[in-house]
Amino acid sequence: MEFAELIKTPRVDNVVLHRPFYPAVEGTLCLTGHHLILSSRQDNTEELWLLHSNIDAIDKRFVGSLGTIIIKCKDFRIIQLDIPGMEECLNIASSIEALSTLDSITLMYPFFYRPMFEVIEDGWHSFLPEQEFELYSSASGEWRLSYVNKEFAVCPSYPPTVIVPKSIDDEALRKVATFRHGGRFPVLSYYHQKNGMVIMRSGQPLTGTNGRRCKEDEKLINATLRVGKRGYIIDTRSLNVAQQARAKGGGFEQEAHYPQWRRIHKSIERYHILQESLIKLVEACNDQTHNMDRWLSKLEASNWLTHIKEILTTACLAAQCIDREGASVLIHGTEGTDSTLQVTSLAQIILEPRSRTIRGFEALIEREWLQAGHPFQQRCAQSAYCNTKQKWEAPVFLLFLDCVWQILRQFPCSFEFNENFLIMLFEHAYASQFGTFLGNSESERCKLKLQQKTMSLWSWVNQPSELSKYTNPLFEANNLVIWPSVAPQSLPLWEGI
Amino acid sequence: MEHIRTTKVEQVKLLDRFSTSNKSLTGTLYLTATHLLFIDSHQKETWILHHHIASVEKLALTTSGCPLVIQCKNFRIVHFIVPRERDCHDIYNSLLQLSKQAKYEDLYAFSYNPKQNDSERLQGWQLIDLAEEYKRMGVPNSHWELSDANREYKICETYPRELYVPWTASKPIIVGSSKFRSKGRFPVLSYYHQDKKAAICRCSQPLSGFSARCVEDEHLLQAISKANPVNRYMYVVDTRPKLNAMANRAAGKGYENEDNYSSIRFQFVGIENIHVMRSSLQKLLEVNGTKGLSVNDFYSGLESSGWLRHIKAVMDAAIFLAKAIMVENASVLVHCSDGWDRTSQVCSLGSLLLDSYYRTIKGFMVLIDKDWISFGHKFSERCGHLDGDPKEVSPVFTQFLECVWHLTEQFPQAFEFNEAFLLQIHEHIHSCQFGNFLGNCQKEREELKLKEKTYSLWPFLLEDQKKYLNPLYSSKSHRFIVLEPNTVSFNFKFWRNMYHQFDRTLHPRQSVFNIIMNMNEQNKQLEKDIKDLESKIKQRKNKQTDDILTKELLHSVHPESPTLKTSLCFKEQTLLPVNDSLRTIEGSSPADNRYSDYAEEFSKSEPAVVSLEYGVARMTC
Repeated sequence: MEFAELIKTPRVDNVVLHRPFYPAVEGTLCLTGHHLILSSRQDNTEELWLLHSNIDAIDKRFVGSLGTIIIKCKDFRIIQLDIPGMEECLNIASSIEALSTLDSITLMYPFFYRPMFEVIEDGWHSFLPEQEFELYSSASGEWRLSYVNKEFAVCPSYPPTVIVPKSIDDEALRKVATFRHGGRFPVLSYYHQKNGMVIMRSGQPLTGTNGRRCKEDEKLINATLRVGKRGYIIDTRSLNVAQQARAKGGGFEQEAHYPQWRRIHKSIERYHILQESLIKLVEACNDQTHNMDRWLSKLEASNWLTHIKEILTTACLAAQCIDREGASVLIHGTEGTDSTLQVTSLAQIILEPRSRTIRGFEALIEREWLQAGHPFQQRCAQSAYCNTKQKWEAPVFLLFLDCVWQILRQFPCSFEFNENFLIMLFEHAYASQFGTFLGNSESERCKLKLQQKTMSLWSWVNQPSELSKYTNPLFEANNLVIWPSVAPQSLPLWEGI
Repeated sequence: MEHIRTTKVEQVKLLDRFSTSNKSLTGTLYLTATHLLFIDSHQKETWILHHHIASVEKLALTTSGCPLVIQCKNFRIVHFIVPRERDCHDIYNSLLQLSKQAKYEDLYAFSYNPKQNDSERLQGWQLIDLAEEYKRMGVPNSHWELSDANREYKICETYPRELYVPWTASKPIIVGSSKFRSKGRFPVLSYYHQDKKAAICRCSQPLSGFSARCVEDEHLLQAISKANPVNRYMYVVDTRPKLNAMANRAAGKGYENEDNYSSIRFQFVGIENIHVMRSSLQKLLEVNGTKGLSVNDFYSGLESSGWLRHIKAVMDAAIFLAKAIMVENASVLVHCSDGWDRTSQVCSLGSLLLDSYYRTIKGFMVLIDKDWISFGHKFSERCGHLDGDPKEVSPVFTQFLECVWHLTEQFPQAFEFNEAFLLQIHEHIHSCQFGNFLGNCQKEREELKLKEKTYSLWPFLLEDQKKYLNPLYSSKSHRFIVLEPNTVSFNFKFWRNMYHQFDRTLHPRQSVFNIIMNMNEQNKQLEKDIKDLESKIKQRKNKQTDDILTKELLHSVHPESPTLKTSLCFKEQTLLPVNDSLRTIEGSSPADNRYSDYAEEFSKSEPAVVSLEYGVARMTC
């Protein structure tokens, strides 16, 4: 096995482990292909198992012959290892560095992980689109399942099965796909049982500077409107940004061509701005100087809570359109794989009681994040401590979880799951023994044969013994729409993370 | 009465404080001798006590009427629009007069009548007995004794009659020391830690100037340190910033010189003075009142107000006290300038950290009575009860409550009371409804004959105790369990439920505490039912066995028992839904959340929904 070449020193004795809030532990450090293991070799003491893929950055320091490695994890933990012996320390450090930045996905731990538990229910088949569609059975009059993307030819980031208006045939869908960014034609995201209104999502229309139009696209989204009704298009970019996008071939829906739709621009930040925000936030949290003013100004400078507020506001707006105005909504940003998904999924949490249950929330993540092609692999490659910044890294999913937590705090009895469930999802999105969050889209996951080669996270979580950890004892099904407050005074910082 | 010219104005609009779309409620405004009352078209009532009004402002006339903004001391802000300018002017003038009384006798407490007779009233005042409290602490004992030096308020007017001092401190020493201390406030016992034999003492600054000394004062401090058999040195904590203390030396005041006093360790802790605190709160409230506040403005405002920094400073000082006693076994003497603001904060918080008794409802009342009321925190001046010097007003006690709130957040199981208790106390330090917080010191209170003319707040709070219980409280803990709060900055949060207590839209819509309380109630009820039913079963069984004995019909037992069982189940089932209705789910309406910037764009509005939110706000006030 090639891991062996990377591990120069597999074992060091008398290593001291320091963790915040825990007493120091002395023990033996072992390196394996996927884990860093520290064991004190005594009974009843906890061992540390750390996935290499969880490691975000490492620092080395030497005092005499005592080397110190500081490991900063993607889940924001910081641990410190004191290793006697200069050479061992250097070897360990370089091994960890190499092992934590493996390029090939197929070398990742999920491909080697063999579950120690009995699989009661295979998570890969827990949330099939057909089953999800059946839940909307009352919608089947107007909507249908389309297999136009079966070979991922029409849209590489969409799943094989999508829900589209019944009156639109596959041929038209192909045409619309050429008009939308990344081939992401408008598809159904959520059907509001109460009044039959829907949330759709897509990529930006490729109008370009000369205002291209596409009859099929207009027909498709108009097909979702009732007679005489208007709909809302929520563009998650500011008008300025959307206009600039035209120069690159993108753009937005022109009023003239979409007379039945009203367009609203909201600005949700993306990519590196979010990443920098997270980096600043974590830096502020790790500042131990006990200085009140520094903390507040750093918290403010990180803008993290501003982003939370923007996202929640937009989601509430979408939900308001659906529930209060009785109007359908189309949501898109540029690609429709980041801020769009934050908004559509949060709107569903506000509107749909089912998505506040554990299974419903899992289904929501499966449908609105995994199937909808949120590029987890790219977005979660690094976390707050890494210096080499890539353009596509962004804590989009973490922001979404934080928003869910904010709503959960305001409605502590309306959710079946608790804070730990959200934290668990966050940890697994960044480093996991399960294959669920690997790859950037369904098509990549198919190519990797994840279903055959790895375990699904849901198989593990949905065991009764695991579920009990994540259940909220105060849950009482609340069939109402919940409206969170978005004033800054109502949005505290999530301490759990 | 002579101040009220208009008692009723119709068609008044109450504006929503945060709505950007100028949403409003229309109703009628009434002015009574004690309250301002607004009843809207849905018959929801908003009562505002005149004493709670901090400021009234008449804004420039608009097309819809004359705007009137009222800011309250309990952080409620209401914005009325009165259709006719004359009415508005009348109300404005009346409120100005009514909210600032010149004499104590005009305050609400002297007219408030809860229908109690004199003996009940007296019992209420006797509910908290400080002599009893000192006994609980373990004084007098072989080191500390009750001094009668101040029995006639001859030595210090702002101290209580009963004071505890080291037994070695003779009267001449006390008199001498008091002459060397600002306002005669010489070092006395505030809290005695029975376990460690260490004490928290309090006083005011010494009149040391640049070089003055006082042998009696030095003796008294030595007596205090000797009263601690374990540790011979004591800490002297000056709660002011060093610069302020130095400046005071020029005025002939100052701080202790370590060289002149044997066995003291001197320490500054840097809490700002009342003027800084007042303007800090002012800034904080300005930031919070902004419409359409952005997250960044909120945090930069929070930072520049410095409010949380001050809270942390107070907390740090209290932690210093607790550590000195717990870790080093050393006694501590605390003072600031006059020894009634910062000293009260630090002494009371320090005792709260050390002694779990003060974390109970009764104990907290005792603590306030001891360290705040009896030692002469100038409640009337700090809360602006009377029309006085606005420079004397300062949120010192509010800060103390906020520190306690931060502790309840960090130690959810350590306190018997909940947030509502703190808020209620805060409400009443300004309300002037009860006599407890009137006046500036004990002597003044006695002169006002408060115990004969007014009522005490504490029995009323105890009566409503249920509302103020913390369901997570675990009472089994040992008396001397010390709280060691974490003071990393991110543990200090903005206290939304204090500064926005009347802005219900900002609050979480479901309260875990209420639900847990309701569940506890349910459980108790169910347990009672089970007992009832069990006793019934027993009775019936006895009956049956009697029957069996008499009639010798053995089979009849079997058909009986299942019906019993089902009836038991049935009873429980019917009970549950009844209890469920107790749970309230608020916020099922989108009315005024800040994201409704687009609400104007939408054609329809939701009229029925607004009242719902206000209803919630009123029910709890």
